[in-house]
Parts: sequence; structure tokens; C-alpha cells
Amino acid sequence: MRKVAIYGKGGIGKSTTTQNTVAGLAEMEKKVMVVGCDPKADSTRLLLGGLAQKSVLDTLREEGEDVDLDDVRKPGFSDTLCVESGGPEPGVGCAGRGIITSINLLESLGAYDEKENLDYVFYDVLGDVVCGGFAMPIREGKAQEIYIVVSGEMMAMYAANNICKGIQKYADAGGVRLGGLICNSRKVDNEEEMIEAFAEKLGTQMIYFLPRDNMVQRAEIHRKTVIDYDPVSEMAGHYRLLASRIDQNDMFVKPKPMHTDELEKVLMDYGLFG
Amino acid sequence: MTLKKSSINQTVDKEKFVKEVVSVYPNKVAKKRLKHMVVKSDCESPEIEANVRTIPGIITQRGCCYAGCKGVVIGPIGDMVHIVHGPIGCSYYAWNTRRNMFRSREDGQNYLNYCFSTDMQDSDVIFGGEKKLRQAIQEAYDIFKPKAISVHATCPVGLIGDDIQAVARDMTQKTGTLVIAFNCEGYKGVSQSGGHHIANNKLFEQVVGKDDSKHVEEKFVVNILGEYNIGGDAWEIERVFAKCGIRILSTFSGDGSIDEMRRSHQANLNLVMCHRSINYMAEMMETAFGIPWIKVNFIGVRGMSKSLRKVAKYFDDPELDRKVEEVIAEEESQAEQLISVHRDRLKGKTAMLFVGGSRAHHYQELFGDLGMETTVAGFEFAHRDDYEGRHIIPTLKPDADSRNIEELKVEPDKTRFRPRISPQRMEELTSEQLLGAYEGMIPDMNQGAMIIDDVSHLELEELILSFKPDIVCSGIKDKYIIEKFGVPSKQLHNYDYSGPYAGFRGAVNFAEDVDMMINNPAWKLIHAPWDVEPTLRAETVA
Repeated sequence: MRKVAIYGKGGIGKSTTTQNTVAGLAEMEKKVMVVGCDPKADSTRLLLGGLAQKSVLDTLREEGEDVDLDDVRKPGFSDTLCVESGGPEPGVGCAGRGIITSINLLESLGAYDEKENLDYVFYDVLGDVVCGGFAMPIREGKAQEIYIVVSGEMMAMYAANNICKGIQKYADAGGVRLGGLICNSRKVDNEEEMIEAFAEKLGTQMIYFLPRDNMVQRAEIHRKTVIDYDPVSEMAGHYRLLASRIDQNDMFVKPKPMHTDELEKVLMDYGLFG
Repeated sequence: MTLKKSSINQTVDKEKFVKEVVSVYPNKVAKKRLKHMVVKSDCESPEIEANVRTIPGIITQRGCCYAGCKGVVIGPIGDMVHIVHGPIGCSYYAWNTRRNMFRSREDGQNYLNYCFSTDMQDSDVIFGGEKKLRQAIQEAYDIFKPKAISVHATCPVGLIGDDIQAVARDMTQKTGTLVIAFNCEGYKGVSQSGGHHIANNKLFEQVVGKDDSKHVEEKFVVNILGEYNIGGDAWEIERVFAKCGIRILSTFSGDGSIDEMRRSHQANLNLVMCHRSINYMAEMMETAFGIPWIKVNFIGVRGMSKSLRKVAKYFDDPELDRKVEEVIAEEESQAEQLISVHRDRLKGKTAMLFVGGSRAHHYQELFGDLGMETTVAGFEFAHRDDYEGRHIIPTLKPDADSRNIEELKVEPDKTRFRPRISPQRMEELTSEQLLGAYEGMIPDMNQGAMIIDDVSHLELEELILSFKPDIVCSGIKDKYIIEKFGVPSKQLHNYDYSGPYAGFRGAVNFAEDVDMMINNPAWKLIHAPWDVEPTLRAETVA
């Protein structure tokens, strides 16, 4: 079982990319479980056809300790398994602590057991690495490989660099490795070259360049992944390719995060003056 | 371990002792700890480092911010409900541990024996604890209808950002009962001292001076600040004051009543016992209401008499003077009669004091009454002014930790400010060091005495071995370490089920207890197994 976590700046398209990629893997007959680690609990909407999921933490709160796996895990598109960790409403409590509790509960309920025959677990994690709780999937070997969704926009690259710092911190202890950057294009000038150069500096690869295509939004409004909504579209092909690249990936590194001025130089070289 | 009693203060080479004790520390630690250890010499008062972060690993006696706020200052107020917002342990271990006593007033309200907690669980941390706190306040209100409710934040509450101030405001409105929230998360500041300040601030803002309904007519009306009624101390003080014809309007906070605190701004003088935990309140009340303050010490026969005379001097009334002298004469002779028998047995014995932010100073007076000498003393959480005197306050530089604790900007109250004495007399009494003055512990100590701030476990052990004290007064964390050395230990945070120790009768109690402890042969009869017989055995194998 490969344990994959998707990180990236807020709003970069982590959940969309994760679900579309998972749809591609599921089409390849891989058994995949998606664990949403965002208090908004919207990481599995496209696979489930809507927000049909009751989160682990809500269930825990309402049912007490007496929780079954089926209470919190719902089947989605093409036999994928969907879990939402959930969490507090904005501005209260501790969402990070929630993720820790939630993953521990899934483990104790046997969600990762061999009999589940999982090929993949995907963790879709909110925003940047904010605090200890949000780093939970990369701590203690909960996730082994990380993909960072990024674009050619400066703040997205800043966030990616920060996440690399988090990975570096846990790389020795937990054995987590960076599998690559997924560029979710924002149609920035020289975007592909810049992210390739950025990836190289980080000691990793740009595993795929996803072009910008409104098909993604159309599928989203219909609560579907692109592969589900329009299997023959060009964008569906891109997601299938990304899925197979991840499936065949063998480049797992400890990233080398950059100093801010070094990062800005990449932006200058490829972005503004490219 | 058996200790030969042969040394008194003069026989220990203190400089050598200090050098040796820090020699086992890493260099950086040794350098820091050295600043916390001084010897009182002939020349001027030495400078001592205090109120800075404890070095991890030295095993400190200190407590946390929450302990200072709930445990020390607010907890003793008996007619209000104190809710601890946090996991249960924080509440359980602050439950009656200081033996603060409270006698219910006419309304019969007394909640001191209860332990209220929101019992925060994992899911409250994740989803926020405000809802549960609201429920707890409502429940406490519904069951008890107390006159006020306090809410104390523990560490997790601060980490997850529960807005306890907003909850307190809402619940005050909803129940019509004052709910005061204290952001005294344990991790704030370097010791419990920060918690005292936080408690002072909120009490001042929300309680003191809020009730003008009962006008106080008498002249000789005082508040006692920083007296926590451990083992009934405040009642002994009250007994003597009543005899002198001085009314205690309010005590902060031992045997403390929230109603009386609300009216406390009408007193004509504040008497400060524990300077460290309550000097903020004394200062703020002086600025806002014009009440001057005097540092007193009700511990020890002579201490009590001296303090009474200070009060009489302030009020400057011949009749009061006469009464006070009469009471002192009567009480001193009664106490002396009972103490002398103990003094005969205690004379020349030595004591060490490692406690509080004022107690280590106060009890030296009482040991003096018993003919005993304090060889080494130190505070857990005091600031430099408690050691060296208030005159050094302007030289104290705020650091990152002290900046964390809010300093209130206080203005004279528009309707309630009233000068108690003329400006000339104010100046006179101030220059005589009667008003607003505290000279600290060091000036009262003998030449050659050692002063150690925030004593560590290692230092305490070495002190016992080198100085061979007859008794060590401290707190619960080190009590049993001391006893393992065969040395009796008296906890001055709770008096070990005894007391009162304040005032004239308290001094007699203390003399009895100390005599029993020191002259009881029990400690000398106990030997560790390895002292009696060897723990290693060997046989010759042919």
C-alpha cells in the first residue's frame, strides 16, 4: 500500500487534483482510499457526487467511542473509499488535533488493514503545513510520499518551499519523501519551465504539468471528476497520465528547500524577465 | 543518612560551597545559577538574579501561572464559585491544597470545598471548549446561585484560543451574576508570579470599588492584602485587630468575600502581607482611590507588634496608640509565657527557608522569636525588589516574559478618589519609609547568611549536607527530599494540617510544632537499609 499526501497552498486545487487523479488510478483498477484532512470536509465531494459524507470527528462526537468503519467511510466513484476527517468551524478549537484524533481512529478501526487490500491511501491536507496537527500525515510514517500542487504564482511557490521544510524535518524520523511537484497551471508566463527549474532546485521533479481547462470547473459544478463527467475529454487524458506517472514514479527524495532570496531569483530568472 | 550536628552558619565556607555546587552544572548553567546565589556581607546589599526563566532540568520548586492565579490569589475567595476550564488534573491538584479557610457570612454561601472543572476532553480541544464552559457556568449558577463566578484558563484553552472573556461577558449578562475570566494559562511567564498579577488586574477592574451602597463611617478601617488565611492565619490577625478597635473591611483573599472586596475601596489603609503576590493591587488602589499602603508582617510575636505599631502610627490617634500598646503588652506576655519553654529547647538551632515570594522573609522573624537563626533563605518566584527592596524597581528592565503580563494603566477614580491624609503627612510618612515601602528580605538577614533564588534540587541537597539545618521550611515538592536526609520539613504553603501561625497565638502554635519536629528523635532513628548493612555481598569461590 502506498501512502500519499497531497499538500499545497490554499486554493491551488489540491482537492480537485487529488480526486481527479484518484479517479484515474481507480480506472486502472487500483483500490484507493481518500482521507480528507480539511475541516471543511470537501475533499471527497467529486468522488461521492456531493457532500454526502459525515466526518469522522462529527461521528465521534455524536456516537461517542462506538464508531464503525462504515459510519465514516463511504464508497465513491469506481469503488474508491472516501473519508472526511472534518473538524471545528473556522476560528475555534484545534483542527490539527482533530486530524491526529481522526487518523488514529481510522487506524484503530482497521481502515489500513491488509484485508482492505488497499493499493493507495491519499491524504488531502489543508493549506500550508500550519502546525503539528497538520503535519500529522507526514509524521510517524502515516504518509510516505508527498506531492505538492503548485503553480507559477509566487505565493504558491513560497508555500511549496515551506512544505518542503516540513518534509525535510520529518524525512529522517518518519522516512517520508517528496515524490514531485504537480503544476496546476494558472497560465503564468514560462510556467512550465519555471516549475521545472524550481523542482530541480528542490532536488525533485515536476511530475506533471496540468494545463488550465474549464472542463475541470464544468465537471466540478456537476459534482464529478473529469474522468467521470467527460471520459473522452482532453483533460481526462491529462489526469489519466498524471495517475500513471504517479503509479510508475520511482523518484523519491529528501527535498532541499531554498532560502527566500534563492527562490526569488528563480522567479526573476524565469518569470518576470523570462 | 545521619548528619552530625556540629556546624552553625559561620563554619561553612560559602564561597567554596557555591563553587562546588555549581561545578557539576554545565558551564552555561553554572554561570546562570551563580547569579541566583549571594552571601550577605558587611558591604551594601548584594544584587541577586530573580524572576527569570528556570533552567530546564534543575528541578525547580516553582509553580505555573494558573497556580498563581487560581491557586493563590483567587481560589481562597470563599463565596464565589471557581471554575477551572481545562482537563481535570489542573483542577484536582489545585483543590484545597493550600488549606485556605473561609467562614461563611450571613448569607451562608461557602464554596471553598468544591472543585469545579469543565473536564475538557479530546473533542473539546478539537471543536473548542466555549460551549462546554457556557454549560458549566450555567450549571454552577443554576445549582448554587453564587454571588460571582470565576473562570480560570489552563494551557490548552490558550492554545486553542477559546474566547473565555466573551463567554464571561455573555454569561454575566445572561445570569445577572458577575463572571470573571482569567487568562492565566499555565505557560505564561516564568513562574506563578505572572498569575498573581493577572489575578490582581481582573479583581481590580471588575470587583474593587464597585459597591458604594454601605457607607463606612469608622476611621480605623483597613484592608489586609496578601493574607491567604492558611490554617486560619487571617482569623488570628482579625482577633487582635478587633481587640485594638481596628476594623478589617476586606481581606485579599484569605477568608475573602467578594462582597467585601467590592466595598474595599472605602478603607483608609491597605496592609500588605505578601508583597509579591499583591503589591499590584496596593499600588492600583492607591492611585485610583487614594488609599496608602504599609508593608506589614504578622508572622512572629515581634513582627506582629511591629506591624500593629505601624498601623497606629499611620492613624496618629492617642487613644488608638494606647489601645494598641495595651493589646501588645497583654498578648506579648501571654505568648512569651507559652513560647519560652520551647525557646529553651530551640535556642541556637538553625533553619532554612525556601518558599514563596514573601514567606521566606516573614518566617525569619518568627524563628528569631524562638532563638533560632536562619542560615540560608530564598524565594521561589519573587522578583528582585522582594530581595533587595523597592528602591531598585526603577532599575528593573522588562524582559520578554514580563511584557507578556499586562500592566494596567490606572487613573484616579473620578468619584471615589479621596486623599486619606494631608500631602505633608503623606510626604513625612513616605520619607520615613512607612508608606509604600518595602526593603526586601536581604537587609533583615544576618551577616554571612546565604540567599538562593529558585533553589534547585541539587543545591537543596548540598545545602542540607553542608549547613546541616535543624529544620527546612519549603513546599510539597521538596518536603520528602528533606525528610529523607533525616531533617524535619515544614510546608509553609499549607502548614501540614496545622496552624494558624500568624499573630501572637500563631507564633505559639509554630513554636510548639517546631519544637516537636526538631526535638522529636524519630528522624534520627530512621536509617536507610544501606546505611545499616551492606547491600553488596560476596562469597569467596574456591
